[in-house]
Amino acid sequence: MLPEQRDSITNTFVVTLVLCIACSLLVSSAAVVLKDVQNKNKLLDRQRNIVEAAGLSKKSGEFQAKEISDMFSDGTIEPRVVDLQSGEYVIDKAIANDSFDERKAAKDESMNAVIHSSKFRIGIEKREKYTWVYLVKDKQGNLEQVVLPIYGKGLWSTMYGFVALKSDIKTINGLTYYEHGETPGLGGEVVNPKWKKQWHGKQIWRGEPSDAMLAVGVSKGGTTSENMPYMVDGLSGATITSRGVDSMIKYWLSSDAFGPYLAKLAAQKGDSHVSTIP
Amino acid sequence: MLAPSPKKVLLDPIVNNNPITLQVLGVCSALAVTTQLSTALVMCIAVTLVTAFSSASIAALRNYIPSSIRMIVQMVVIASLVIVVDQILKAYFFQISKTMSVFVGLIITNCIVMGRAEGFAMKNTAWMSFLDGIGNGLGYSAVLMLVAFIRELFGSGSLFGFPVLAKVTEGGWYTPNGLLLLSPSAFFLIGILIWIVRTLKPSQVEKV
Repeated sequence: MLPEQRDSITNTFVVTLVLCIACSLLVSSAAVVLKDVQNKNKLLDRQRNIVEAAGLSKKSGEFQAKEISDMFSDGTIEPRVVDLQSGEYVIDKAIANDSFDERKAAKDESMNAVIHSSKFRIGIEKREKYTWVYLVKDKQGNLEQVVLPIYGKGLWSTMYGFVALKSDIKTINGLTYYEHGETPGLGGEVVNPKWKKQWHGKQIWRGEPSDAMLAVGVSKGGTTSENMPYMVDGLSGATITSRGVDSMIKYWLSSDAFGPYLAKLAAQKGDSHVSTIP
Repeated sequence: MLAPSPKKVLLDPIVNNNPITLQVLGVCSALAVTTQLSTALVMCIAVTLVTAFSSASIAALRNYIPSSIRMIVQMVVIASLVIVVDQILKAYFFQISKTMSVFVGLIITNCIVMGRAEGFAMKNTAWMSFLDGIGNGLGYSAVLMLVAFIRELFGSGSLFGFPVLAKVTEGGWYTPNGLLLLSPSAFFLIGILIWIVRTLKPSQVEKV
């Protein structure tokens, strides 16, 4: 093609048009063709995190994708949507369906609520009204653990994770973060298996059931024999991340967040050990 | 002007005309994805493929592209290819695409891709531009993998995620060097690399 022809206005428009159509076809067909696989990956990733938080482990190696999805389909892990304020399960299928995403809900004006709590600052102004909880059951269908999604600000980022409680609803089984942007080697150590292991068996409340205090958390100067049953060591060199984890776990277990639900769950089991007082 | 041989086009960018050490292009992503070898490897493959295919398609179109909109045309082709690569990563390498987050999208702004399209593909045939893209991708990959090797080995005590040096936090003897996990360390490493290459090949030193 001659340069004059090539640089003519007609040719400029033709090239633009053809190129735009060709490229948009390429991009949109890639997006449409791969969408199913991508959604499957997202779901599997989330399910894997829940399984990890619940500390369900195999004797050797990691779970295969199928084993994880089986746990969700055979009822070993039962996802439910909970209304945080009332603590009741949401039965309305318009909300409690597979596509409910609590992270989207937290940003949606009609689905979120302002966090009023001044006691535990998680660095976030609004949270979702409804969220997922995951009931982990044994073969007979008895509740073994309940896995709750939690999040809050660390030093650089919002940290997203899951906390798993044992069936007595007062003991922590595990805490796992699946997304964070903390400093590698310092705050990023929240995902270190050795640090995570400390959470196993920590008591959430201290004192008599009638006036129990929320005692679980991260201790700055290292644990002492006095706070050992409730607290884990802070991460050295990561004061603000540790503080974030501390407020986050206190906030989400307090009466402002999962408290009402946990109280209901404990009442169902016929004991009133769980106080809703933070 | 002497036409370059295909072999020269393919192999020259690896050491003699390396896009990072000589041209100092594409440094941004070299900092971001080199804390782990596995993410660096995926980034290398992605950049190599995008550079090769964008150069080839732009070279094929070079006689039709009006000079007034040539940059935009290059951008559109590159951006489309990068989105396709990003979609494929999300579908088949989900874990890795999660750790790479925005950096896949930022291949669009990687100067190597655009630089090769404007500097080489607009003047050469599709096949030669394809080879040039692969060659520059490999040159970029060589530097990235070297930096990632050092950063992962001494920063996390592992290679491709397998523990090599037993870390203190896991009961071993090695205290990881936290600096290597932060972006500035990649600057130091690339700087040292450029120094070494230019000492061995003084012809690469710019005249003051």
